[in-house]
Amino acid sequence: MIRNPKDLTRYDAQERANHWLVGICFILLALSGLAFFHPAFYPLTQLFGGGVWARILHPFLGVLMALAFLVMFFRFKSLNVMTPADREWLSRAGEMVSGNDHNMPEQGKYNGGQKAMFWAMALCMLLLFVSGVFLWRAYFNLPVDVVRLGAVVHSAVAAIMIAMIFVHVYAALWVRGTVRAMVYGTVTRAWAKQHHRAWYRQVTGKS
Amino acid sequence: MALQSLDIARRSATTTPAPGVRQTTEVAKLIDVSTCIGCKACQAACMEWNDIRDEVGINHGVYDNPIDLTAKSWTVMRFAEVEEKGKLEWLIRKDGCMHCADPGCLKACPAPGAIIQYANGIVDFHQENCIGCGYCITGCPFNVPRISQEDSKAYKCSLCSDRVAVGQAPACAKVCPTGAIQFGSKEQMKDYAAKRVVDLKSRGYDKAGLYDPAGVGGTHVMYVLHHADRPELYKSLPSNPGISPLVSLWKGIAKPVATVAMAAVALGSLFHYVMKGPNEVSKELEEELEREEK
Repeated sequence: MIRNPKDLTRYDAQERANHWLVGICFILLALSGLAFFHPAFYPLTQLFGGGVWARILHPFLGVLMALAFLVMFFRFKSLNVMTPADREWLSRAGEMVSGNDHNMPEQGKYNGGQKAMFWAMALCMLLLFVSGVFLWRAYFNLPVDVVRLGAVVHSAVAAIMIAMIFVHVYAALWVRGTVRAMVYGTVTRAWAKQHHRAWYRQVTGKS
Repeated sequence: MALQSLDIARRSATTTPAPGVRQTTEVAKLIDVSTCIGCKACQAACMEWNDIRDEVGINHGVYDNPIDLTAKSWTVMRFAEVEEKGKLEWLIRKDGCMHCADPGCLKACPAPGAIIQYANGIVDFHQENCIGCGYCITGCPFNVPRISQEDSKAYKCSLCSDRVAVGQAPACAKVCPTGAIQFGSKEQMKDYAAKRVVDLKSRGYDKAGLYDPAGVGGTHVMYVLHHADRPELYKSLPSNPGISPLVSLWKGIAKPVATVAMAAVALGSLFHYVMKGPNEVSKELEEELEREEK
């Protein structure tokens, strides 16, 4: 869908599909994982056909997410290298959150917050994958102390990851005109100029 | 698995009280290791009463047979050869669920009602509610529960909860030919154990004593040991068992802390939106770009 031929392409179809594969897996994993974590969330197992099915499906979804995330990681890794401008942005993130983004340092395709989120998510994914393997009793039978450590790491990192995804989703909703980038791939020029001016200049050749 | 009960003390993954109006006497099984002859009648009685037959295995070159607990062998005799004061001692311990007062399996279990602790102290698995995650194994300080390869459910000794519910002793206690397995109220069993300890001490076992470890709040299967100061001699009976601090963290404080933290982030986002409003592209910038495009 091309609303305006002057719109800028932010994500191509493959990038979008990759992102949503990770996203769907994450939502299903969070719902089933929370069910095993706290009794208040146990009814969520009904979404998967009951507790046994949730237990069977959760690790396979985890492997799928890990693979899809790995592809996404290598896709976006080089775009997320931290620069001094990003550190400057991060040190002044409070201004951004309080609603005044006019004095924020100029940002490339991703701002410091997005880059920090990228690396934090990559670390969380790695920890979740490894600790998740420790807990997968259907295929792995590890020493009980390793499993216990895995259980603590898996649930703590999962809670952090869920909170980070709330922030990730909220940031996309809060900054109007962002969600369309991941849905049909484009953003307006004005959006790009306001939020990612260095990227805007790079792709348009304008100042 | 047992009939519906009104004497449930604790129920896994349940935050409200379980049906518990009926109070029953706290029971215990006392295994007097000093009078056990290793005949394995208890293992046979266990199979027979519970009507489960394990696969016929292989001889591992030791008396232990089967070599370990399985989903179908809920009790096994563990034979240890130990040299004490220049003499060989053959220490034979009947291993199985200890029915802890503070059960790690129940604490770890995520499935509501899959693990039940009755008012009489018995910790029972209700396999119909089990999801097969194996968290009970992670929680157990005694390495007792086993997941069945056939149905992916966890199994262990039920202390014959079905027999005890109708006033019978567990099958193993009923069948023991030397009286090494006693069953009764926990108080009675402690009194009986005290007499046995006096007897053992008079025979030169000065460190004889009762194994009722406080780290798990006491157990409803207790041992009389000749060497109560060194339980590890009895094929690695833990000297100070307790729920692992990692399990306590995972299924204790982490649950409310993580839940509140996740909720706070979600609600914080919502309130940020209603208080600060959306971050929109400035009208000025939009108009400027529109002019440029023309």
